[in-house]
Amino acid sequence: MAIPNVVLHVADVHKRFGGLHALADIDLQIEEGQTHAIIGPNGAGKSTLLNVCIGKLAPTSGTVVFDGQVLTGKKPYEINQLGIARVFQTPEIFADLSVLQNVMIPALAKRDGAFKLNLLRSLESQRDIRTEAEEMLEDVGMLNRRDMLAGSLSRGDKRRMELAMCLIQRPRLLLLDEPTAGMSRHDTNTTIELLKKIKSRGMTKVIIEHDMHVVFSLADKISVLAQGRIIADGTPDEVRGNPKVQEAYLGGPQQ
Amino acid sequence: MNALLTSRRDAITLAIFALVVLTMPVWLQPFGAAYPGLMQKFAIYAIFAIGFNILFGLTGYLSFGHAAFLGVGSYTAVWSFKLLTMDALPAIAFAIILSGLLAVVIGYLSLRRSGIYFSILTLAFAQMCYNLAYSVLTPITNGETSLQLNLQDPRIIDSALAPRPAGLPSASLFGHTFSGLQGFYFCAVMLLIAFFIAQKIFASPFGMMLRGIKSNQTRMNYTGFNTRPYALTAFVISGMYAGLAGALLAVTDPLAGAERMQWTASGEVVLMTILGGVGTLTGPVLGAWIIKYFENIFSAFNEQIVSRFFDFLPAGMHDVVVAVASKFVGEGWNLTLGLVFVLIVVFLPGGIMEGVRRITHMFDKSRRAPPTPARLSTQPAE
Ligand SMILES: Nc1ncnc2c1ncn2[C@@H]1O[C@H](COP(=O)(O)OP(=O)(O)O)[C@@H](O)[C@H]1O
Ligand SMILES: [Mg+2]
Repeated sequence: MAIPNVVLHVADVHKRFGGLHALADIDLQIEEGQTHAIIGPNGAGKSTLLNVCIGKLAPTSGTVVFDGQVLTGKKPYEINQLGIARVFQTPEIFADLSVLQNVMIPALAKRDGAFKLNLLRSLESQRDIRTEAEEMLEDVGMLNRRDMLAGSLSRGDKRRMELAMCLIQRPRLLLLDEPTAGMSRHDTNTTIELLKKIKSRGMTKVIIEHDMHVVFSLADKISVLAQGRIIADGTPDEVRGNPKVQEAYLGGPQQ
Repeated sequence: MNALLTSRRDAITLAIFALVVLTMPVWLQPFGAAYPGLMQKFAIYAIFAIGFNILFGLTGYLSFGHAAFLGVGSYTAVWSFKLLTMDALPAIAFAIILSGLLAVVIGYLSLRRSGIYFSILTLAFAQMCYNLAYSVLTPITNGETSLQLNLQDPRIIDSALAPRPAGLPSASLFGHTFSGLQGFYFCAVMLLIAFFIAQKIFASPFGMMLRGIKSNQTRMNYTGFNTRPYALTAFVISGMYAGLAGALLAVTDPLAGAERMQWTASGEVVLMTILGGVGTLTGPVLGAWIIKYFENIFSAFNEQIVSRFFDFLPAGMHDVVVAVASKFVGEGWNLTLGLVFVLIVVFLPGGIMEGVRRITHMFDKSRRAPPTPARLSTQPAE
């Protein structure tokens, strides 16, 4: 077997908020093409971990390395341009723009880079971007809502649209913070199918999720976080069988 | 096809707009506003407001210091008249370049903050410019006397080309001195060009980026955009628009005073934009016209006119009403303006354009089936 290629390496990361040790000694390696789930109780530090990865927060110590490049100290837009996209726990969308525009904007970031003075041609005349965005919306099953204002979408649809905004950039690494929270069972299943579909395209994903059904149907690897520490690490079966995990998080044997 | 449709829609808007602007001398007759001095102001302040809206309407950054660029535009234009030539075009070119450079500096520093702090920074810079114009820079600005033409001006280019005329010259274009309505038409053509460029910006990917910044700057950053240069570009473009407006003020009346840079002038363009409709193309133009029109009417009123207007009231009431009403005219015009502004912000936050939209929407509803969601997409900031 070939040595797996580590895409993201979180090395000895600590994050303190005043007296609170939100992340302690985190060491995490995400392998190319894998779906890596991070689970843990509320307040465990999961979102903080993603925030450190995308440059929203600077770690107190330690580094994050993506594909050989140190991310620590880089600006959020630089990190995105390297190929990392993120779905937030509370959707970060362009509420007063249309759904289609919401998806076209990230496509432009992918095509034109962090800054380009594109003043002469009208956006409407750039069929390629538009078609791409429409296909993306088709993929997530939202093409019929393309002209709606994003702010008027249901919670579940906002998340799905945000996912489309990330996917259209074809990131090398996709970070998902509770992508199915607030979704109906049906929407959750649609999203799982969608995430499986991207997986077959070889996109690496880190997914934070409370829904064990989602976790166990998607993840290749699971890390369990509790009080800022990784208390267990491994394949779904290993983690499921780990007594420490059951005690700390799963609350007794499940399923 | 869709692309064609949109640009055709823009072309139609532009054509209608051109018709409205160029026929001003006709349709403003019944309003008693068809004289060049006022119509020039309509065109010039519309340019100022369109440019301001490119910053405020698209990016959401509210500048309270745009009068600084207006003032710099005027001073530059007058200096171009004094030193080089009375031709309007070089004056305008220099004014745009200089106000653009100033906007680079002020914008670069102010855009390090957002929201109210940005507004305060721009206000502070504009007040600095205003105070400098009255103090250290008096050799350039001529302080309180205002910068004016005089008979000793070198006007190098003009003097080389033709013998100097007796008396003070006025602005010209390719050797032809403006007279009658020509000054207005010159400003009107500038307005049309300014409007056309704004249309291009609104429809471009760059315009979409600016809307993204207004809507959710955080998302823009995590989407891979370096938002700072986008906002700075918008700031500089709007500063250049203000510089153009300032230059045209000097073209129509070759005189530049520091009061043009005062904070009230900065506030006025904010009012124009909000009154007309922030983020719309035509809204700021309407706002500018309405404010300049009523400023002209109301500030000309005095107590006698008000008294005559209320003649029909019984004596006791008459005096009270006149006493109150006269506070709102003449010097008190700003009071009326403030009142109108409060009413608009409270009851019609989208400005006049929102009112227009509500009315057309009402008609649409009664005529057709319920609106399709598709219409929503044309509503925000287009
Ligand atoms: N920006 C912040 N400032 C201070 N404390 C924070 C901040 N972000 C998160 N925390 C704290 O860090 C802990 C971990 O939070 P978080 O990472 O959001 O947990 P979760 O695992 O639920 O996503 C919580 O106690 C939270 O209150
Ligand atoms: Mg969280």
